[in-house]
Amino acid sequence: MNENKNTRVVVGMSGGVDSSVAALLLKEQGYDVVGIFMKNWDDTDEFGVCTATEDFDDVVRVCNQLDIPYYAVNFEKQYWDKVFTYFLDEYKAGRTPNPDVMCNKEIKFKAFLDHALSLGADYLATGHYAQVRENDGNIEMLRGVDDNKDQTYFLNQLTEDVLQKVMFPLGHLPKSKVRELAKEAGLVTATKKDSTGICFIGERNFKEFLSEYLPAQPGEMQTMDGVVKGRHDGLMYYTIGQRQGLGIGGAGDPWFVVGKNLKDNVLYVEQGYHNEKLYSDELIATDVNWINPDVIQDTFTCTAKFRYRQQDSGVKVHVLDNGNVRVVFDEKQRAITPGQAVVFYEGDVCLGGGTIDEVIKDQQALDYVG
Amino acid sequence: MERSERIMDHIYLDHAATTPMDKRVIDAMNPIYQDVFGNPSSVHSFGRKARQLLDEARRVLASSIRANEKEIIFTSGGTEADNLALIGTAKANRHLGNHIITTQQEHHAALHTAEYLEKEGFDVTYLPVSVDGKIQVEDVKQALTEETILVSIMYVNNETGVIQPIKEVAELINEHQAYFHTDAVQAFGLLDIDVKELGIDLLTVSAHKINGPKGIGFLYASENVKLSALQFGGEQERKRRPGTENVVGAVGFQKAVELAMENKENRRVEYQKFKDLFLRILESEGVHFEINGKEEDTVPAIVNISFPGTNVETLLTNFDLAGIAASSGSACTAGSVEPSHVLSAIYGENNECTTNSIRFSFGIFNTEENITEAAHRVAKIINRLTA
Repeated sequence: MNENKNTRVVVGMSGGVDSSVAALLLKEQGYDVVGIFMKNWDDTDEFGVCTATEDFDDVVRVCNQLDIPYYAVNFEKQYWDKVFTYFLDEYKAGRTPNPDVMCNKEIKFKAFLDHALSLGADYLATGHYAQVRENDGNIEMLRGVDDNKDQTYFLNQLTEDVLQKVMFPLGHLPKSKVRELAKEAGLVTATKKDSTGICFIGERNFKEFLSEYLPAQPGEMQTMDGVVKGRHDGLMYYTIGQRQGLGIGGAGDPWFVVGKNLKDNVLYVEQGYHNEKLYSDELIATDVNWINPDVIQDTFTCTAKFRYRQQDSGVKVHVLDNGNVRVVFDEKQRAITPGQAVVFYEGDVCLGGGTIDEVIKDQQALDYVG
Repeated sequence: MERSERIMDHIYLDHAATTPMDKRVIDAMNPIYQDVFGNPSSVHSFGRKARQLLDEARRVLASSIRANEKEIIFTSGGTEADNLALIGTAKANRHLGNHIITTQQEHHAALHTAEYLEKEGFDVTYLPVSVDGKIQVEDVKQALTEETILVSIMYVNNETGVIQPIKEVAELINEHQAYFHTDAVQAFGLLDIDVKELGIDLLTVSAHKINGPKGIGFLYASENVKLSALQFGGEQERKRRPGTENVVGAVGFQKAVELAMENKENRRVEYQKFKDLFLRILESEGVHFEINGKEEDTVPAIVNISFPGTNVETLLTNFDLAGIAASSGSACTAGSVEPSHVLSAIYGENNECTTNSIRFSFGIFNTEENITEAAHRVAKIINRLTA
């Protein structure tokens, strides 16, 4: 207890229940806790109302309840340059980016971590559902115990150096317990709704949001054999495996997006959830990060997630000379989507991950998926 | 960071934001809270007792600026006094003209009010600020037209502490129909103010900046000034500001003014000593800094310092964690950094000084010891951040 008093922990507080409870737990453990709200996006409307102002207000109230100092920091510029620009570029390239992965890599655990350290912090804590463990001289990242909330998928780009300075106070708790703790402590955020979707879009209509930044080019929807099935509103609005919003009626199985042809501005659609065009057996990932590079062999088996909240699947990983990886699936996988992250696990240990770049079937790259 | 930086006394260097109440002010107010509750407008002994106190307070406030007591309008503070001065005269004198002159570096209480009047159809000229932190009398002259009905220029800038050429502007306007208003919130208690000699028509003062209570201020409005009320109700403040008076606040305000008048000279000397000491220690610790505004023209209580290579968010957070209370003109609410409008007026919008400058302001909470300690803590932080 007494030692904790001399350990300064900056908690990244969003105004939500998770980071509130993270701060609560650290405070209870006797740490020198400092709450900091990060503003990355300005959505001020015509009436001067901005979600960040409301969220910061909740941070202020929680910190006052916990009797810890609170501050705010602005990373709008860094967020725009490092996350939003990437986000738009990926959509322009016909891919489906994951801005949360990039935000964790470039903002929360880089710019924000640096800010915390400049305030004399020993650790940065967040309300993520993940765990850090020291094992045999290595700092490892483990899944959060709440399977449904585990966020290591989004944290796959963190390095051991960063994890050394990070605490995830909620990693060992189920979400229900977090809510319970918040209620017991009477925190004003105890019953606040969890934020959903991409942070800067929030509750807004995704299509409408994207159209403000990228010109939409409507075009044809075709089957892989070239049968025209309708019109699409712009390729960027669709992702592989998507069923909703195609507007193709008629008899038979429902229709799904199976691919895109950027050059001719064509959206490929096929019938049936299990349509074979949606399946692949290998992928190539780039921008690969290994949390503990020294334990990674050239070829090894492990499990992987290709999307958030998906069950793990068995894979064989081949590390290529250029640092990219070739991932061979034990069983065929549906709707592998370029731009999304592939994240590797050994048991509960997150090994790292990369960005899905190429999807392969029968040794052939599937050009139509992007 | 060394642990010693963490466990320490808190030192207040933000007296331009607000000040602690002087114990003598509290002592003057306590018996009023206890014993006097009457409504000054009531026609009975309880009311008269309250009215007596209010009149006495008004007399003291008036004499502090050599005004007539009928020229003092109690308000809820500086913001309301500025609003009343600008909107009240603009509305009452619109038949004489539609033009108002103010400056780019006014306090938001005046600046945002001027912007509101612009929306209401008035033409507003916002005078620029020179690199020394002052407006130019020549610019006022150039801006004056036959349509000008009001010139509002603050006495001392609240961020830089730079004293503005109030006397010269007043002289210039003397022969003109326009009224001259000055927000003297940062000047009062440090500078000698004689509204008649200076030729000031309207002047704003706030109690909590001079160790008085919050929630009370006054607007001096010369007898010749035509002023429309902004709120309606009873006959209080000769209908210019209706509402039951804050008697206990007025008594505290009176005491604070008395003390300010008594100690003006001493405080000037003492705060100058604090400022010199503070700057000397920063220098001797090898801190690289620049003072915003021409130092010789600033009030002793305020110094605004730019620390190249830093930013206000990191500075103020570090200062607070090290127990140093200071502030910056750049508002950081919910993480939005609005560069200081005052420093933007001085240096231009994208100058780095607008986001790396801190205002330190001295007052009765300070001693040579805590100024010395504060300067060392500040130096340590700056040197760590710029290493």
